[in-house]
Amino acid sequence: MCPAVWQCRVRSILIRAWSGLGRTTWSGQQTRFSIRQKSGPGQEGTFSLTEEAGLYLHWPYCQRRCTYCNFNKYIARDVDHNAMRECLVREAETLLRLSQVKRISSIFFGGGTPSLARPTTIAAIIESVAKWAQLPSDAEVTLEVNPTSVGASKLSEFRSAGVNRFSIGIQSLHDPDLVILGRDHTSQHALQTLEEAKKLCPGRTSVDIIFGRPGQSMESWEKELEELLLVCCDHVSLYQLTLERGTALFKQVQDGKLSVPSEELTARMYNAARRILGKCGFHQYEVSNFAKNDAVSVHNLAYWKGRQYIGIGPGAHGRFVPRGDGAMLREARIQTLEPDVWMREVQRCGHGTRKRVPLSQLGISEEAMVMGLRMTEGITHEHWKQICSEWSLQEIFTGSQEVEGLLREGLLIMDSRGVRCSWGGLAVLDSMLPALLNQLQMTASEERQSKQETTF
Amino acid sequence: MQVAVSAPGRLIKSSLRGLLDFRVHKIIRRKQSDSDGFYVRHRWMKNAPSVSVFCCRQYSSREKVNLDMSIFPVDKIRNFSIIAHVDHGKSTLADRLLEITGAIATTERNKQVLDKLQVERERGITVKAQTASLFYTHEGQTYLLNLIDTPGHVDFSYEVARSISACQGVLLVVDANEGIQAQTVANFFLAFEAQLTIIPVINKIDLRNADPERVEKQIEKIFDIPKEDCIKISAKLGTNVNQVLQEVVKRIPPPNANPEDPLKALVFDSTFDHYRGVIANVALFGGNVCKGDKIVSAHMGKTYEVNEVGVLRPQEHPTDKLYAGQVGYVIAGMKEVKEAQIGDTFYLQKQPVEPLPGFKPAKPMVFAGIYPVDQSEYNNLRSAVEKLTLNDSSVTVHRDSSPALGAGWRLGFLGLLHMEVFNQRLEQEYNASVIVTAPTVPYKALLASAKLIKEYGEEEVTFVNPTQFPDRSQVLEYLEPMVVGTIITPDEFIGKIMTMCLSRRAVQKNMLYIDDHRVMMKYLFPLNEIVVDFYDHLKSLSSGYASFDYEDAGYQPADLIKLDILLNGKPVEELTTIAHKEKAYAVGKAMCERLKDSIPRQLFEIAIQAALGNKVIARETIKAYRKNVLAKCYGGDITRKMKLLKKQAEGKKKMRRIGNIEVPKDAFINVLKRNDK
Repeated sequence: MCPAVWQCRVRSILIRAWSGLGRTTWSGQQTRFSIRQKSGPGQEGTFSLTEEAGLYLHWPYCQRRCTYCNFNKYIARDVDHNAMRECLVREAETLLRLSQVKRISSIFFGGGTPSLARPTTIAAIIESVAKWAQLPSDAEVTLEVNPTSVGASKLSEFRSAGVNRFSIGIQSLHDPDLVILGRDHTSQHALQTLEEAKKLCPGRTSVDIIFGRPGQSMESWEKELEELLLVCCDHVSLYQLTLERGTALFKQVQDGKLSVPSEELTARMYNAARRILGKCGFHQYEVSNFAKNDAVSVHNLAYWKGRQYIGIGPGAHGRFVPRGDGAMLREARIQTLEPDVWMREVQRCGHGTRKRVPLSQLGISEEAMVMGLRMTEGITHEHWKQICSEWSLQEIFTGSQEVEGLLREGLLIMDSRGVRCSWGGLAVLDSMLPALLNQLQMTASEERQSKQETTF
Repeated sequence: MQVAVSAPGRLIKSSLRGLLDFRVHKIIRRKQSDSDGFYVRHRWMKNAPSVSVFCCRQYSSREKVNLDMSIFPVDKIRNFSIIAHVDHGKSTLADRLLEITGAIATTERNKQVLDKLQVERERGITVKAQTASLFYTHEGQTYLLNLIDTPGHVDFSYEVARSISACQGVLLVVDANEGIQAQTVANFFLAFEAQLTIIPVINKIDLRNADPERVEKQIEKIFDIPKEDCIKISAKLGTNVNQVLQEVVKRIPPPNANPEDPLKALVFDSTFDHYRGVIANVALFGGNVCKGDKIVSAHMGKTYEVNEVGVLRPQEHPTDKLYAGQVGYVIAGMKEVKEAQIGDTFYLQKQPVEPLPGFKPAKPMVFAGIYPVDQSEYNNLRSAVEKLTLNDSSVTVHRDSSPALGAGWRLGFLGLLHMEVFNQRLEQEYNASVIVTAPTVPYKALLASAKLIKEYGEEEVTFVNPTQFPDRSQVLEYLEPMVVGTIITPDEFIGKIMTMCLSRRAVQKNMLYIDDHRVMMKYLFPLNEIVVDFYDHLKSLSSGYASFDYEDAGYQPADLIKLDILLNGKPVEELTTIAHKEKAYAVGKAMCERLKDSIPRQLFEIAIQAALGNKVIARETIKAYRKNVLAKCYGGDITRKMKLLKKQAEGKKKMRRIGNIEVPKDAFINVLKRNDK
């Protein structure tokens, strides 16, 4: 499935260590592990943060290039499906063992266009995961679907392979806009695929839609969204088109051949969409994500909550503690980008990890803050305590004139629940984050200093 | 200060260079190799480790022997200088004169010399003027011709005058194609007022478009010099250059100096040598001086013992003595350039004399703040500034600091060119990255009450920094510095130029057709109106054909006001500006616009206002961000997002907070710095 939109869905895997969801399938295996970086709340039957992870799998191939996409994807004539399957399975196995997680709480197949993969490949990977870790029977397994590449029969094969959630890249219901975006489907295809998916995964089908498209007006956007809401399932991901350097669309806009709506207009479109979705019963739970009937994406939520995830496949990112190596610290890991090279590496040494960066406590906390505030519920005090036991949210956010200004202006809310953005604040989160990160850093360095002072 | 606009073809060279050319006096170059390599002498090269030793072909056998200057009595001496507009061929003529008289070898490499010269000019700002003593035989008699160049950055007329004061005549070089330009006029009047003999030389007659007859007529019309007196030459080809020397001997009178009088030596330039101390260039108006003499500086009142005297050929060449009427150098153990003030008189300790007139300390007229781009560079920049001012006592230095730009200095310069030269030397020779603020001029205020006068110690206070601006209620009137500007332009641009001058508060003094198509206009300008971008405007609206020069014209009452810049109602101290009331709106509006362009959007609306006291006269608004959140999170790739955010977070720490607004340093720089040309 094509990038832009789904890029956002967090393709990684999360751990629901302290949520207690996994209790029923939990077995006492964890006693095997002597190394525990950090424990959860300590309830009987829960997993610690490092014992659980989500798994993101990247399928790097596409049939064609979307004009707005700058993601790691390759247009290949002949994909060696067998080799890909073997390598993906092998890398999953290697990294699962390395992480020593006991449970995989969700799987996300992203890309590229993962719906171009063979259902047997998807099945093999799911089986492999289940072999090396617990995979609860109700664990969320999402597949990104490009509306053209799948006939009804293939969707059901994916369903049989173990996929239980579809995310469909509709992007637009306007065919001329689909042409501009370089999509290889029509709105007709999209609606058919959506119908199929809803039948196969009722209540667990999501749609992606892009706004801020060239030439789009407020009226047409509102109408399009209302149309979509009549047919969609319980989950909508709403993305603003971003012009990425190096893409065809970027060049067209730069050359003046196309023009995108003004910043002011896209801000109004975003707020209008939030209002319309809310009116139709969709709860916004993240900057770009809306659900009704609590059909939130478990996989993506884990990502925003700062849980572990293992990235499999070319260019996939991961965040986990490689406990198999005896490590105590979480690492940021990136797999080799080019599929051919990646494949050779996996064949040679079982994985294609290209880069490993150990994260400090501060680094982990920073990521958790940046991601956590994307959620409407924000960061709760309990949630923060798990990520960062050293400094409380109150410690971090008091005493800064600037942060107090944000609170006073009502962009940021801090109370007994935790810290979160207001409705207006969520739209300008990226303008607030640098100040918050500085506060966090300052708290950390003061802490370090005072520790040093006491030791001397 | 002189500013010149050259013809379009020459505009390829940087405008700065154009500006520098005339005043930064070009070097006198010589060749010297095994026997005649190329050698360029700069003031800054004196500090360089490898100093070439001059070896004059004609006099090479006497190299080690001190010259006996007594063979040149006063009537065999001619002291002259060459004055010209930029690129009219002054240094080429000087080269030719040196060649003819044997000071440098005549070779086929002239072209190469010229090419080198272009390169030298690119960084020629460091070039220090030179004096060259030439030996020239005319009708069987050997004459001592002293070619005296005005020193480095001469920005105001009295400084040119000090060089001229050592001369009895000048060669006024005019380009046969371009004709008289603004600097030609200014130079002529300086020489004329000093009652010097003026020999007009029309150069570049070999050029295809040369029209020497037209130029002759211009000279006749403006300067009232009969056209028969003009010498038509090509310095490049050497055509008629010998005639120039003959005319120097014939027309220019010998100096009025008596060897029987006590020593009276005028210091007309000085340089600093790391090893030998100050080298003072002197013209002897009476007596003689030799090694061992005890001399006194009239200005400092200090006594020194002379270590060495000599002539400049143009390399220092020791002599036994210097005699009345001669020009040369004196080294007398002075440690600082200040000890050999230009315009000072040296006399023998045992025979005090009345000092020569004309000493006037250099008075800075253009001020600019100089700050290191990075505060960690402060110490390096400080030592660079110190080194440069060591050789140029006319730059005034005051430490200054700005909350936005950090610690730096406010430097005072004689004029714009002087400032350009200084800054470029800082950047090029000392590799210092500096922020230079827009230049300002010194204003004055007449205090209103006896009490205030007592408090300030004087009736008239001079202020440069807007923070020192005395309140209206304390002041009878404000005064601003004025200049008389000369513009020479083809007549098709008159309209545009007049409109521009009017918009700069200039008052026309006169206008004269110097030939069928060229007009000379004189305007009285407030100095403040020409210090920033006048020259560039003039150049662009005349397609490069107009030339401009100015001279000091005292102070005039002006309706000055203090303009504050407010961000969401909070004044930004470092942006406070002094402006003329008529210009307040335009200045305020421009500053608001520049700030608007350089302050990023924030979470709050930002009002940028220019205010006179409580009255807001201009406003710009930066709207608040309505949406700034990345839709996607790059599928687990938070690394990229984090990197960007951390960079922004780092950037915030460097911003200056004014109220709830964060102002990047660049915003201040954009508002305060000079416009890039």
